[in-house]
Amino acid sequence: MSVPAELHYTEEHEWVSISGEVATIGITDYAASALGDVVYVNLPAVDAAVTAGEPCGEVESTKSVSDLFSPVDGEVTEVNEELDDDPGLVNAEPYGAGWMFRVRIPAGPDGETALPPGLLSATEYEELTKSAG
Amino acid sequence: MLNAYHARVTSQPKHTPLRSVHERLGATMTDFAGWLMPLRYGSETAEHLAVRSAAGLFDLSHMGEITVTGPGAGPALDYALTGWLSRLSVGQARYTMLCAPDGGILDDLVVYRQADDRFLVVANASNTTVVLAELGERCATVAGATVTDQTDRTALIAIQGPNASRVLADHTAAALGSVKYYTGVHGDVAGSPAWIARTGYTGEDGFEVFCAPEDAGHVWEALMPAGGPVDASTGGPAGPAVVPAGLAARDTLRLEAGMPLYGNELGPDVTPFEAGLGKVVRLDKPGDFVGRAALAKLAADAASGDGPGRTLVGLVARSRRVPRHGYPVTSGDTEVGTVTSGAPSPTLGTPIAMAYVAGSAIAGESTGPFGVDIRGRIETADLVPLPFYRKE
Repeated sequence: MSVPAELHYTEEHEWVSISGEVATIGITDYAASALGDVVYVNLPAVDAAVTAGEPCGEVESTKSVSDLFSPVDGEVTEVNEELDDDPGLVNAEPYGAGWMFRVRIPAGPDGETALPPGLLSATEYEELTKSAG
Repeated sequence: MLNAYHARVTSQPKHTPLRSVHERLGATMTDFAGWLMPLRYGSETAEHLAVRSAAGLFDLSHMGEITVTGPGAGPALDYALTGWLSRLSVGQARYTMLCAPDGGILDDLVVYRQADDRFLVVANASNTTVVLAELGERCATVAGATVTDQTDRTALIAIQGPNASRVLADHTAAALGSVKYYTGVHGDVAGSPAWIARTGYTGEDGFEVFCAPEDAGHVWEALMPAGGPVDASTGGPAGPAVVPAGLAARDTLRLEAGMPLYGNELGPDVTPFEAGLGKVVRLDKPGDFVGRAALAKLAADAASGDGPGRTLVGLVARSRRVPRHGYPVTSGDTEVGTVTSGAPSPTLGTPIAMAYVAGSAIAGESTGPFGVDIRGRIETADLVPLPFYRKE
């Protein structure tokens, strides 16, 4: 199960990639494999405000539906519209073409983008999936 | 994410004789009715579509097999079940039910007459214990009938799909052409003795092969060689005539075919009439049977226009959000029923569901559309006749 070292993770099996003020968010390989074939991703609207730890969408697979949580506070700047036609991208490339949405995180008073609290490192996330295994 | 993850296995699940095959194929396993079963091998959607267009191979060794033998076996089953089993010819199969005295469904079954004095009863894995106990008790009231649990002595492999008959024919001397739908024969598969039946739970043509557990691996490998299928003329690899398929694909296949699943559409609080399966209740057979009085009253009520309070219907969602088991069905502002099974349909490309709705909600001109309360938001779904899919 792939867990890229450069990403941050949540206990809810999302990954976060931070570049400048923008966080890109998707679900992990582990999550996609556990869900089975993803058939529909209900994403937040562009410009919507999202709150860390709160549901902002749904992931429908053959067997189940799961909440999609935002790992960060901020405003949605972009959603992956390709998932509308091809939700299977989430299974095929969970860290690449299967990304889900982007959020602008406000910069701190020092002008630096603060890493949202509570995110896991790749090592920590790998531990989590092993103990859940 | 991943609500399903918090489920915990409470006791050690049993393995089927094909455990090592599933491990080699990299199956995702799941605990189902106390058995560790393949949920999927890769993409369950691909497995589903392969069964519709080619063939799929299923390990169903978790199913319960119970024999009823002896000169009294036919009459004993006539008393124990809703069907008229003593009338079956040798080789015939029947879909039937085990009902409680109040008419509630304890299990749905397929019964094969394997010989004059031998019937094979196939039960759902989750109900095998109940079926065995009820059959033991009910058949004891009839002389000359012996009930035996054969579950641990039986493996079951199903091959389903348009290629099934061609693939199986390469590995058996049985004349499959004369094995019609809902019949079975004693034969061999890859040299191992087997009961070969043209039955299934996918809506496709196909066979179910009952064999000894020690032969199961050999039978599986013959039908789906580890190195992939071989082209008979060139000796090289052929296209995938048959793929392994797991329980996830089996569930969407049976749902498209409008087939009920015990625990979803069927249960002790459901009668065969509500499930639209009144034809399995043979009130015209002689003698008493368990549930006759209650079922006869329900049938008489229905004949006088007082039908069951609820009916099993098919729904096709207009939204891509999926109606699932337990979600409320609405009409206007009123809740009129409950979804029993729902899934994205790989064949239709849209979510489908079966649901029980109040008879009054589909009376007269009322043909929907209905709403399904999907996690707090009502989505529109159209009423359609079952099944959702019928093979050409």
